Amino acid sequence: MLELDKVSKLYRSGTFGGDFKPALRQVSFDIDRGEVVSLIGESGSGKSTLGKIVLHLVPASGGRVSFEGADVMQKKGRELHEYYRQVQGVFQDPFSSYNPLYKADRVFEMVRQEYFRDMAKDAWQAKVETALETVTLNPADVLNKFPHQLSGGQQQRLLVARALLLDVRLLIADEIISMLDASTRVDVLNMLVSLKRRGLGILFITHDLSLGNYISDKTVILRHGAVVEMGETQKVFGNPQHRYTKSLLTAVPQLHKKWAPFDWSVNASAVPASNGSPTLAPSTPPGAGQPAEAKRYSKSSLSPLHGAKEEVGAARGTHAVRAGAVLAEDAPSGPRPSLMEMEGGRWQRRRRRATLTEVLAESAPPPLVECEPGHLVAIEK
Amino acid sequence: MSLSVENLRIAYRTLRGDVQAVDGVTFAVADREIMGLAGESGCGKSTLGNSLIFIEGRMKHVGGTVELDGKALPISDDRAMNHHRMRDVSIIPQYAMSALNPTKKVGTLAHDLLKSRGMKLAKVLPEFRRRVALVGLPENVLEMYPFELSGGMRQRATMVISTLLNPSLLIADEVTSALDVSNQRAVGELLTEFRDLGYVKSMIVITHDLSILAQIADTIMVMYAGKLTEKASASTMIDKPLHPYTQALLSSLPEVGVRYEDRELTGIPGRPPSLLSPPPGCRFRERCPFAYDKCVEDPPFMELLPGHQVACWKAADDVAGGAGREHNEASATPSGGAGDASPERGPSLGARAGKGAE
Repeated sequence: MLELDKVSKLYRSGTFGGDFKPALRQVSFDIDRGEVVSLIGESGSGKSTLGKIVLHLVPASGGRVSFEGADVMQKKGRELHEYYRQVQGVFQDPFSSYNPLYKADRVFEMVRQEYFRDMAKDAWQAKVETALETVTLNPADVLNKFPHQLSGGQQQRLLVARALLLDVRLLIADEIISMLDASTRVDVLNMLVSLKRRGLGILFITHDLSLGNYISDKTVILRHGAVVEMGETQKVFGNPQHRYTKSLLTAVPQLHKKWAPFDWSVNASAVPASNGSPTLAPSTPPGAGQPAEAKRYSKSSLSPLHGAKEEVGAARGTHAVRAGAVLAEDAPSGPRPSLMEMEGGRWQRRRRRATLTEVLAESAPPPLVECEPGHLVAIEK
Repeated sequence: MSLSVENLRIAYRTLRGDVQAVDGVTFAVADREIMGLAGESGCGKSTLGNSLIFIEGRMKHVGGTVELDGKALPISDDRAMNHHRMRDVSIIPQYAMSALNPTKKVGTLAHDLLKSRGMKLAKVLPEFRRRVALVGLPENVLEMYPFELSGGMRQRATMVISTLLNPSLLIADEVTSALDVSNQRAVGELLTEFRDLGYVKSMIVITHDLSILAQIADTIMVMYAGKLTEKASASTMIDKPLHPYTQALLSSLPEVGVRYEDRELTGIPGRPPSLLSPPPGCRFRERCPFAYDKCVEDPPFMELLPGHQVACWKAADDVAGGAGREHNEASATPSGGAGDASPERGPSLGARAGKGAE
């Protein structure tokens, strides 16, 4: 239904917008009818950007997004209007999605004005009530109320009901659970499951692995804008191949199991790859254990406190510190260094700034290999 | 005994009357203990945490006393509290990621804070730098502005600054909530490490995420609508909760490995009561699947099993009945409700708890 083909996004940065910061690097996957795909990544991994691109809220810098075969990026005017009839989004913060001055069900009225002008009042009322029942809300509880009179879970479900009023076939759910309390979270999740059973495709964007695992058929794990691992949920979670996926999984807090000590310095080649995946290149061993900051903030290592750092080195035995190191490691991979060059013993910016196409080419992610049917992993550097 | 709180009551002044956000709370935190405080939003957990260090204008100290290290903490006296803040009691505020002043460098902020305590940054600088390195921050973080740091780094910087004077009690309010899993783990483990290294004597970790508490807390206390509902050691709380609210909360948590096809989780229907005029009796009554006629009376927060306090009539009945049958549990006799231990209630609770633990 929805196909993403090498979608890239570069945000402009720097004082005069002369630099580019890659937010998405050639992301490809697709969503079918009745399929829940969860997009998992840390903050800054580009997962929300991807949702916005699919919703035509920000343009992509490269690649193609197609819905039912038609290019989404080319849509405008009438076509875009029809596109939104089929594709809708719900976002993280329900409390700021409503105008507090108006009653919450005004969002329904807006949809009516935009799409169902000709519909009779009774028929519309019936449609609203059906939509509310689908999201397991009691119409009497939520209609004619101001947003502050509703709980977060109710508000969030109301927004999904709004999307259902249209002939929505794909729902972009961007962190819709994160702001909710544990007791209402599950209701919203279960509602998504029932929508999926009715044939709705859902892109479920989250940083919470247990939520993603609970609901999704396929999982895509993003890091620094590139896919590191994707495939059927059971395969990705049951048999994670990428070092990053493993580190994420060991970090998930569980009720009945303490955090397993995770050797942050482990690399993929050291782990026996199942099903024989000879294509997994051996990764470079150092990096992980040693603090990445030392490399990046080279100025400080010249300071008189340099010695003090060695002394602390002994204390650096904790997972916490190592976790920090793994996270910091290779953050600005790709384009950043190549925009600089050595001149007179100091790093200087290049005279000519890289063009968009150059940065796009430079930020190409590591290729994905299939380690078992329906399970792709990025080759680690 | 590091901290003991006796019948603390805190209200918010509103136009429609006082909202009892913390209603008669009694508990203690031992030395070197990390106590987790959990509950839904609006249950008063943050109010309880804040009241131990700063009672702001719209809050009102209605009653109750707080003792820290054997000395009374003058929580309602803002001026007198100044002496204790940061030295004896310190807080990592909610949304610590945005607690740093964006126009000030991290080092300047620390300098200002210390100056307000009558201390000089230069004096603690070596220790400051050592701890900065310990939590894995770059050494020049003191010369950096908050926007140069990621969310996890800002959280760690705030942690280091709040604990710089080795407070006796640290209140960590939702420190992991805005972070992704790997940062959650890193920050969670740092909290226990700060305790182990003696930077902080005892800690109250406030969160709505029970699975984080299962990782780092020694004891867990659950609040509901301004009152305490249950307190026990972390393992007891996770494996054998007695209060129906805790049980429902635990069974609604999705865990890694659980999929909707295998086991559909259930939420808790309904909403907590308004604290403006809370209904009499047990406040969870309306949402509780086990509620019965006795629940219109206010259940006392009583120690049903050694080290396990619960405010629930039914749990009291079950324990009284169960202790009779199992004849080995040296349980403290509940102060009331031991008489009508109805046999059919026992198994139903057991079955539910068992289902949650699957």
